[in-house]
Amino acid sequence: MIEFQHVSKRFGPWVAVDDLSLTVGPGEFCVLVGTSGSGKSTTLRMVNRLIEPSAGSIRVAGIPVDRRRPEDLRRHIGYAIQSVGLFPHWTVERNIATVPELLGWPRGRIRDRVTELLDLLRLDPDQVRHKFPHQLSGGQQQRVGVARALAADPAVLLMDEPFGALDPLTRAALQDELARIHHQTGKTILFVTHDMDEALKLGSRIAVMDHGRLLQAGTPRAILTCPANDFVRDFVGSDELGLKLLSIETAETRVRRGEGCDGEPVAASTPLHRALSLMIARGVDRLGVVDPAGVPLGALHLADFALARQ
Amino acid sequence: MRPTPINRVFPVLGGIALVAVFTLPLLTHAPNRLLSGRALGIEVFPPVAAALVVSGLLGVILAAVVPRVALVGALITSTAYIWGSGDCAATLAAQHPATARTAFGSGGWLLLACAWLTVAEAGRRVPLITALLAVAPPVVLIAGGWLDELSLLKEWVAKRDLFSDALLRHVRIVVTAFVPTVLLGLPLGVLAQRNEGVRAPLLTALGLIQTIPSIALFGLLIDPLSRLAAAAPWVAELGIRGVGMAPAVIALTLYSLLPVVRNTAEGLAGVPAAAVDAALGMGMTRGQIFRNVEMPLALPVVVSGLRITLVQAVGLAAVASLIGAGGLGALMFQGLFANAGDLILLGAVPILMLAVAVDTVFRLIVRLLQRRVA
Repeated sequence: MIEFQHVSKRFGPWVAVDDLSLTVGPGEFCVLVGTSGSGKSTTLRMVNRLIEPSAGSIRVAGIPVDRRRPEDLRRHIGYAIQSVGLFPHWTVERNIATVPELLGWPRGRIRDRVTELLDLLRLDPDQVRHKFPHQLSGGQQQRVGVARALAADPAVLLMDEPFGALDPLTRAALQDELARIHHQTGKTILFVTHDMDEALKLGSRIAVMDHGRLLQAGTPRAILTCPANDFVRDFVGSDELGLKLLSIETAETRVRRGEGCDGEPVAASTPLHRALSLMIARGVDRLGVVDPAGVPLGALHLADFALARQ
Repeated sequence: MRPTPINRVFPVLGGIALVAVFTLPLLTHAPNRLLSGRALGIEVFPPVAAALVVSGLLGVILAAVVPRVALVGALITSTAYIWGSGDCAATLAAQHPATARTAFGSGGWLLLACAWLTVAEAGRRVPLITALLAVAPPVVLIAGGWLDELSLLKEWVAKRDLFSDALLRHVRIVVTAFVPTVLLGLPLGVLAQRNEGVRAPLLTALGLIQTIPSIALFGLLIDPLSRLAAAAPWVAELGIRGVGMAPAVIALTLYSLLPVVRNTAEGLAGVPAAAVDAALGMGMTRGQIFRNVEMPLALPVVVSGLRITLVQAVGLAAVASLIGAGGLGALMFQGLFANAGDLILLGAVPILMLAVAVDTVFRLIVRLLQRRVA
């Protein structure tokens, strides 16, 4: 869906992005992760031509981006940024309607779409619709920011540290929302962050960058278990490797099906590191697991955590 | 319990006014408009007016601990003083020939200044209501004929046509200069914000113009404009000559550019970078970003610039009368050269009121604009 071919970007003598090649497939959630100055934001901003590459080519849906008028390209790619960038003088409704209005949608369709998106982001349309951004909390503002990026139903979504300025609780809640929305809508998402845990939690693929170079791109498991070099190993944080490996798997993958278990069960989608934490806190070595409908699936055993996945 | 904070402004203003009432002349009475008069104190006032003046001032002083009484006290004092003066003037007019003049004395002016400063301070949060409260009593007193025998009113009646012309002319000078100010100032402000290389020299140049004394700038324009009119008859046909409206409008525009350019640039620079980035990333064109995002967000600051510029122009236009532009300044200088104090006031007081009115209205607009953004 998004293809980078030998893309470089130089600002004067400074090389921000150095010969980067990366393909993000349709429906993939690709997270660009790296320290500040690693070139990850520059890479993202070249996709919708906020920055023009010095060399190489970028395609979105098979079409080279420089073949399209920048405004036209941008209206068909969702865009969300860290400080949200909501227009303070416009209501929530008008903010979300920005791109549909630029595309000339009829009024009724825009109204319905705003309602639909507020529902999707779990904001009460009747309450929030006519409020101004400063009347919302930081988390609500970022929800509106995400809704605005989704407004015209773009196939591709660019997100530049969208949750960077939020407190940890709000942040975790929004990460869950975004994972759910990605699951529901099947959008292709290119997401920039400097937080490895966020990358592991959200990404179906992680691309680690440093000094403008792409060091490694792969599944969270591959990044954790086979780091390409010392930088990736350090960045991932080798001391808690085991817990991080658990964090990218859910209870469903290790459940012994059909087994009964007492005590309050956990959801099948619970990450394993949380399940482990819960066992230690409760002082038990088994947990019941239920599916989303609440039907018991089986039991999770402490002994199975250390085993490699079949 | 926290002690009530003591307001220092009100007792100082009230105290000054109270001392003025008993030590300085509240009125002066002269046999005609050119001679200086003899001083009259509070004892000539009707007892009710005198009592109201003093008790109103005590209220203002008391406002040190009960701020709420400041506004009422100041309005009672000023209204009682003006009404009492009108009443005294009528009494004196009955005893003296028609040429005799009764005018506000220095103590009276000081009293009014303190009272109105108190009103302005007490009503800062509601400028429009405050302005109406301050203006209403004198207007009612004038309309009701209670002040007819006061010197300033007599002067106004005598110069009525001249005054109306001067007022209109004054407004016309200010408005005429306002048009090129906006047409030039806004684009220059945008340019200054967009282009680092332009900003510093432009603001320096406009700042330098501000340092030229206004009379000098008006004078400096006479010669080139006369030559221009002489050299190109069609320019002269447009009414552009060395004296009159043209140099006044040009000079006012030059003075007015700085606040407009500076505030436009500052207002645009204050627009959140994230909002502009988001607008760009969502596919707005440069023009759409300017119209939909930058200008609306910068508007309160830009309009503040227009307010500063207009208030300044109302005052500067008075000086423009020296090069034959007319306006209220003409009355003022006529009075100054003829040593007729009332005529000076007939020019100066409306200029002051015009400036305050413009200031109030524009502050209100800025506040309404800010409500949408804050």
